Order: sequence, then C-alpha cells, then structure tokens
Amino acid sequence: MSDTIRLEYEVPGDDFTRAGEASSDVKRLLKKLGVAPGAVRRVAIALYEGEINLAIHGGGGQIVVEVSPEEVSMVLSDQGPGIPNIELAMQEGWSTAPDSVRNLGFGAGMGLPNMKRNADEMTIESEVGVGTTVRMTVRVA
Amino acid sequence: MTVREIQPILDATVYCEGTSFDAAVKTACGSDMMSDVLAYVKDQSVLLTGLLNSQAVRTAEMMDMLCIVFVRGKCPDESIVQLAQERGIAVMSTRYPMFAACGRLYENGLKGGENTDV
Ligand SMILES: Nc1ncnc2c1ncn2[C@@H]1O[C@H](COP(=O)(O)OP(=O)(O)OP(=O)(O)O)[C@@H](O)[C@H]1O
Ligand SMILES: [Mg+2]
Repeated sequence: MSDTIRLEYEVPGDDFTRAGEASSDVKRLLKKLGVAPGAVRRVAIALYEGEINLAIHGGGGQIVVEVSPEEVSMVLSDQGPGIPNIELAMQEGWSTAPDSVRNLGFGAGMGLPNMKRNADEMTIESEVGVGTTVRMTVRVA
Repeated sequence: MTVREIQPILDATVYCEGTSFDAAVKTACGSDMMSDVLAYVKDQSVLLTGLLNSQAVRTAEMMDMLCIVFVRGKCPDESIVQLAQERGIAVMSTRYPMFAACGRLYENGLKGGENTDV
C-alpha cells in the first residue's frame, strides 16, 4: 500500500537513557501527519511502555511501526529471556524487575496491562530462552 | 495558574521555559514512579518528581505534559534540560520536598486529576 509509512528502530539493551527515542520519533511523526491527539497519545504510551520493556527485560530489540490512514501497527521483538507465564505477566502489579529498575522509575508491573488498555488489539508471543514479540494496533480513523 | 506562575510559588530555579511557559495549567501529579504516571495519569500538565533521569522527560513527553518540577533540590544535568528543551517542556527545580511542593501548588489552585490522583 503506497500510503503506508514503515519505520524501523533498534532499541539498545545497555543504554537506558536512550530508551524512548523510537516512541518519541513516532509520536512526532503522527502529530505532523495530523492524527487525532487522543490516538497519538495512545500510540505513544503503548509504544513507550513496550520500548522500556525491550530495554530492561529483553536486553534490547527491534521495533517496526507501520502507519496507514486507518491504523498504526507496532511490532516489538527481542531475543531476550522470554516470558514463562504470559497470563501472570499481564496482571497488574506483577513484575520481576529488580530494585535497580525501580530506582529508575519503572518496575511496578503496570506496563503490559497499560499497553493492552491503550491498544485496540494486542498479542504476545514468547518462548523462554528465545525471545518475545509483542504486536499492537491502534486505530486512528 | 500558568507554568510561569509555578516558579515563585515553589521558589524554583527555571532551567528551561519550554514552549508553553504562559499556557494555563489546571492539574498536576507527583510521583517518582514513571510506571504509575503512565498508567494512571490522565490530563495532568505538570509532573512533580524526585526521579532525575531522562525517562522523567520522556514520560512527560508521552503524556503531553508542559512542565517538570524536580523536587528536594535535585538539579537536572545538561542532557536532561536539553532533551526537555527539544520537546518544548519547561524544567524547574525546587528545594521543597514532594509533599510540600504539591501542597503549595494545591493551595494556589492546582488540582490533581479527577479520581486519577497519584
Ligand atoms: N520483553 C520482555 N522479555 C522478558 N520479560 C518480559 C518482557 N516484557 C515483560 N516481561 C516480564 O513481564 C513482567 C511484567 O511486565 P510489565 O511491563 O507489565 O511490568 P514491568 O516492566 O515489570 O514494570 P512497569 O512496566 O510497570 O515499569 C516483567 O516484570 C517481566 O518479568
Ligand atoms: Mg514494563
């Protein structure tokens, strides 16, 4: 489709200060494209939570975002430790983050449920020792 | 209240004004946990925090906030100020601790979000 914009980002796993650059970039692009502010905010929050997860849990990873006139689709993948129990990980307040992560302002176990709340669709595929892929869609039209 | 008017109330140091220094702000939130800000905050335009890192700025950016106030006398370094400036977000620092800083703003008319206070 010619009016689909595709964006790709590499999220480093060893530089927490840089996590969020991709989400920031996507947010500015959507604003420039004139996407409704509410939808821009939902994409920004969901993608940023996912990007932080890539950095702190996944050991870094890749983000692919596709923007069409109808929807924003986001795929976040990593080759990290994987999630042994996705149902548990989706529960509010459940976190394996160490205190070092909490000192950085994260690790409340709120990220995945917040992503689900902000996205119109979300799926997680994960295999222990192989990695995790999170797919989200936010409808913009 | 405007972003500018926060400065004298908190006897704050202004590091950058952002692009909305004279915009009206009605609500604020105070938290050191960005997880909570992202999950619970609705339309607050000021973030008070003791968390001094780039993710405080990123969080404010994602939430469309206009101003960050670092409490307990924490001074942001140049990279934090520059990131905020690039994103049009005002940055201040106050010597007041979190509770006192929030109390002063509340007394002066700033509120928390409707049933989403953090
Ligand atoms: N990409 C990932 N790879 C491995 N584990 C993950 C990944 N994403 C999430 N998890 C696991 O799921 C748990 C819950 O994730 P969630 O994002 O909800 O909370 P959190 O990241 O721990 O804290 P918060 O998001 O509130 O800062 C994490 O603590 C972690 O154990
Ligand atoms: Mg998380």
